[in-house]
Amino acid sequence: MGRLDTPPSSILLEAASLAAFRGERLVFRDLSFRVPAGGALVLAGPNGSGKSTLLRLLAGLGRAEVGRLLWAGEDALADRTAHAARVTYVGHLDAVKPGLTVTENLHFAARLSGGAIGAALLAFTLENLAELPARMLSAGQKRRLALARLALSATPLWLLDEPTLGLDTASVERFGAVLAAHRESGGIVIAATHLPLPLADAAELRLA
Amino acid sequence: MTRFVAVLGRELRLSLRHGADTLAALLFFLVAASLFPLAIGPSPEVLGRMAPGIVWVCALLAALLPLDRLFGADFEDGSLDQLLLCGLPASAIAAAKAVAHWLVTGLPLLLAAAPIAVMLRLPDAALGTLLMALLPGTLLLSLFGTMGAAIVLGARRGGVLLPILVLPLCVPVLIFGVAAADAAAEGMTARPHLLLLAALLAAALPLCPLAAGAALRGAAE
Repeated sequence: MGRLDTPPSSILLEAASLAAFRGERLVFRDLSFRVPAGGALVLAGPNGSGKSTLLRLLAGLGRAEVGRLLWAGEDALADRTAHAARVTYVGHLDAVKPGLTVTENLHFAARLSGGAIGAALLAFTLENLAELPARMLSAGQKRRLALARLALSATPLWLLDEPTLGLDTASVERFGAVLAAHRESGGIVIAATHLPLPLADAAELRLA
Repeated sequence: MTRFVAVLGRELRLSLRHGADTLAALLFFLVAASLFPLAIGPSPEVLGRMAPGIVWVCALLAALLPLDRLFGADFEDGSLDQLLLCGLPASAIAAAKAVAHWLVTGLPLLLAAAPIAVMLRLPDAALGTLLMALLPGTLLLSLFGTMGAAIVLGARRGGVLLPILVLPLCVPVLIFGVAAADAAAEGMTARPHLLLLAALLAAALPLCPLAAGAALRGAAE
């Protein structure tokens, strides 16, 4: 595992014996891990092993039946609205509105974070598509639009569900640069994936 | 507050972009209300007597039309997760949706009710009261509707379930709303009916967003 040699004081996110149900089925139990500031965690495991369930739980969207999630030593899920201010979540759905243009799709995220849409478009080379309705985009372009929300965000915890699905190699490289800059500034990346991710020295958590 | 305005702005922008969906409720109201004179005949006495009821029932049904997509579209494309993570409590998201529903559906219905009431030969004395009762009335429909839409979210056949859930809640609104206009038409005071509507609104204003917020959290899990 990656940066386990870091002193405990820099541990930002800590999960202690988490368990979660999806419907009636127990998807995982006794899940514990720690991620320091600037750390990255890759969730691996076969389909249905609970990667997405875990990401939704970490985002405060899902619910842990058992266990605790600590952020800087305090219970993170006690106040889910406060926790949401720490999180940027890119799920396996792109959350792209087909009727709005590319710029308009980012408008909401930009208003919340105060980031600049132009820079986010540049980071994922969407600047030439800015005024196009999102329904005209290809699957990979929609994915880039969903990821452009990351470039706008100012939150420390990024939760990514299959972020590179459908991306071309050039886009994956640019995405890697965005991730690196985020970690450079002390942010955390937790990603579920089956594809190799552009994340240097990331720890891996294998879900059975 | 800026976040609330951001959510509301997003909703209004989406409604504007999907203009056909937005207009559908209003057109339904106009067409449905226009069917009554054709069906029951043009006699002014009969129509004038029924006008408040026709306007209210048609407004009620028209307000139901956009509810199916109120959260449904956001739920299906993953936007609901982004909304829930925008830093507002889920109840505030629901409140913003209810306000958007009223601005896009309730307010146009309220404005269209005046010419429809005149067309149906509502006595002049009752027109002001009818509209005054529709103001809290349409707000209540938006609040009940938002709550119902959040509760059926993620359920199979939610679209069928929704009217069955929402319409019974709207019965008191319908009774007092029509009674207010009837009272005014017969020269009596409509005040008690309007006050009862206002009381319903005062209760629904905090409770419906709370219930809808809890339902949204449940649907996201």
